[in-house]
Amino acid sequence: MSTHTFKPSLPPPVMSVGAMGWMRAHLFSNWFNSALTLLALYLVWITIPPIISWALINADWVGDNRDSCTSGGACWVFIKVRLSQFFYGFYPEELRWRVNLTVILAIVGAAPLFIKAMPRKLRYGAAYLLIYPVLAYWLLHGGILGMTLVETSKWGGLMLTLVIAVVGIAGAMPLGILLALGRRSDMPVVRVICVTFIEFWRGVPLITVLFMSSVMLPLFLPEEVNIDKLLRALIAVTLFEAAYVAEVVRGGMQAIPKGQYEAAGAMGLGYWRMMGLVILPQALKLVIPGIVNTFIALFKDTSLVIIIGLFDLFNSIHQATVDPAWLGFATEGYVFAALMFWIFCFSMSRYSMYLERKLDTGHKR
Amino acid sequence: MHTDPPKADAPRGSLLTDPKARAWTFQILSILVVIGVGWYLFHNTQQNLANRGITSGFAFLDNSAGFGILQSLIDYTERDSYGRVFVIGLLNTLLVSVLGIFFATVLGFLLGVARLSPNWLINKLATVYIETFRNIPPLLQIFFWYFAVLRAMPSPRQSYSFGDALFVNIRGVYLPAPEAAGGLVPFFVSLALVVVAWVVLARWARRRQEATGVRFPVIWANLALLLAVPLLVSLVFGKPFTWSLPELKGFNFVGGLAVIPELVAITFALSIYTAAFIAETVRSGILAVSHGQTEAARSLGLRPGLILRLVIIPQAMRVIIPPLTSQYLNLVKNSSLAAAIGYPDLVSLFAGTVLNQTGQAIETIAITMSVYLAISLSISLLMNWYNKRIALVER
Repeated sequence: MSTHTFKPSLPPPVMSVGAMGWMRAHLFSNWFNSALTLLALYLVWITIPPIISWALINADWVGDNRDSCTSGGACWVFIKVRLSQFFYGFYPEELRWRVNLTVILAIVGAAPLFIKAMPRKLRYGAAYLLIYPVLAYWLLHGGILGMTLVETSKWGGLMLTLVIAVVGIAGAMPLGILLALGRRSDMPVVRVICVTFIEFWRGVPLITVLFMSSVMLPLFLPEEVNIDKLLRALIAVTLFEAAYVAEVVRGGMQAIPKGQYEAAGAMGLGYWRMMGLVILPQALKLVIPGIVNTFIALFKDTSLVIIIGLFDLFNSIHQATVDPAWLGFATEGYVFAALMFWIFCFSMSRYSMYLERKLDTGHKR
Repeated sequence: MHTDPPKADAPRGSLLTDPKARAWTFQILSILVVIGVGWYLFHNTQQNLANRGITSGFAFLDNSAGFGILQSLIDYTERDSYGRVFVIGLLNTLLVSVLGIFFATVLGFLLGVARLSPNWLINKLATVYIETFRNIPPLLQIFFWYFAVLRAMPSPRQSYSFGDALFVNIRGVYLPAPEAAGGLVPFFVSLALVVVAWVVLARWARRRQEATGVRFPVIWANLALLLAVPLLVSLVFGKPFTWSLPELKGFNFVGGLAVIPELVAITFALSIYTAAFIAETVRSGILAVSHGQTEAARSLGLRPGLILRLVIIPQAMRVIIPPLTSQYLNLVKNSSLAAAIGYPDLVSLFAGTVLNQTGQAIETIAITMSVYLAISLSISLLMNWYNKRIALVER
């Protein structure tokens, strides 16, 4: 008696597995998608190869003046020659180690805050926030304790961009939190003042605020007070950004359930303790991604200081492109500027997305 | 704070711990501080203005401006007043904003849908676009289009031409312009009639559907009306427009519509930049409609197109519209960046040239800021009203 034997299963059709299957599912699932794919392939074909050949294959990399740029592709020599100016502006060359040291200190100092097992993180963070700005000012500006003075008019490039962005957000945070508290306050007068302040700054473009800081601030202050151009920009940026931070923080405070307020009240906590110990720690944790996004916007907005004649990263590059010795390389300059801004903004936005995932723990009911 | 006030006859602590008294003190103090700071600034300003011999006030608006303007939507000569310059600046700002909003919306919605496409290539291309352009400052993009692209265009004689109707050169973009002809009035009357017909048709179709359940192809009917009626009218009454084509005469183009490169650069940059944000808004709006809605609609027997139109889009729009308006507001505010490349918008004309000529810093900046404030506040009021209207009515 013969036993029944199963035939081995047939392999799946070639068209539904492997590369072919994937392409059928993701690129050519119906006639419309196929047409779209072909159109997109055509678009890629007419844009990407010329860009690659311009930026990489035909580009000039070596040399130190414009005569080295003969191949017809991008002239990266221009960027290479001017690189130190794009980073430091007119900061005296022999003192640039001070800028480097400031950046290194910032990174080394902040690194422990990102270590999970670090004990007494809060205390360390507070000390860092108190000590570092003083140290950074002393290193960058000097003029006291044996450091040579470097006028802010000599600051420039990426360094100035970072100074404006970091000081802007550091100043805007406390002010923004206070404004958010004021906007949620029970006292009508305080609420009206805060709402007016926030809506005013949020309603006008930063460019007019910078204009105002450069032409109106000198009118507002007594004649003998002469404020440095950079400081004026910093004040403008801080006030402007504080309004945006306030709205982000308010969003976080609104997301805290009312039970938390009531529980804190039932424990006998006063207003400041309730806010400082119960509400704000939870609210701020919720809005960290929002604050990072505000910071990204601020970082992009620093490019506007070109309007009041500060030489930030973008303005130094723009000035270099109109330099008669390097005329005609505007594209290279702008592409480089775009790349620099893109690297910073993109990595920050990825970080913010990572935080969003990591912090997404509480208040899910 | 959230506690009930103690009963009147209950024994009270000292005034220092009475929440009511503290609130009052605090509020009076803050009013005093605001008034004090205001007075201090006002006092300083008065003194500074007196020292510099500037008379404040808005009388300067009637003075003659005496400078030329690159682009104005209304008639302007150098003898016109600063007040008229203000209007020109405002109109130019609105022009850029409207153009930018239109293109950014179209591009943004396309990209947002592309970002959700099951087609891998389309999806990735949209992602690359969004991640690239929203992380580059808008000012940089404006400069790129203006200095690196449009300033590198050839002279008028070597212009790039597209079908002999559209020309691009260093002086800008030249487009064919419609010119009024005999049939213009009947044409517009017919357009108005078409709109009226749309409204009537939509109401009739809805009533019929509610009564009988039979759907009427409103969209196709509307399209047919829009195409057929004006066409018939222009056949009867003659052409509504003739097209005036730009033509090279000597060293420059005449005829057609000349668009200055500044306007092109800023419209391009703002549309491309804002479209990236709008695309993300659209994507999150569509994703916010839960999949159960699609399944429920399908189980009712709706076709895919109808599911999209009747179920997904109305619910997605509710999520999309508030952030979309804030993107529009951002675009209007970003249009002030035009000042950096010399496009004659409100900021560059009024807070720039007029301020420099008259020295009336406070007045010009105050007027400029109030215009932006007025735009922002009115749009957000409109938005709040709209939000209330479409918000889900829950039990």
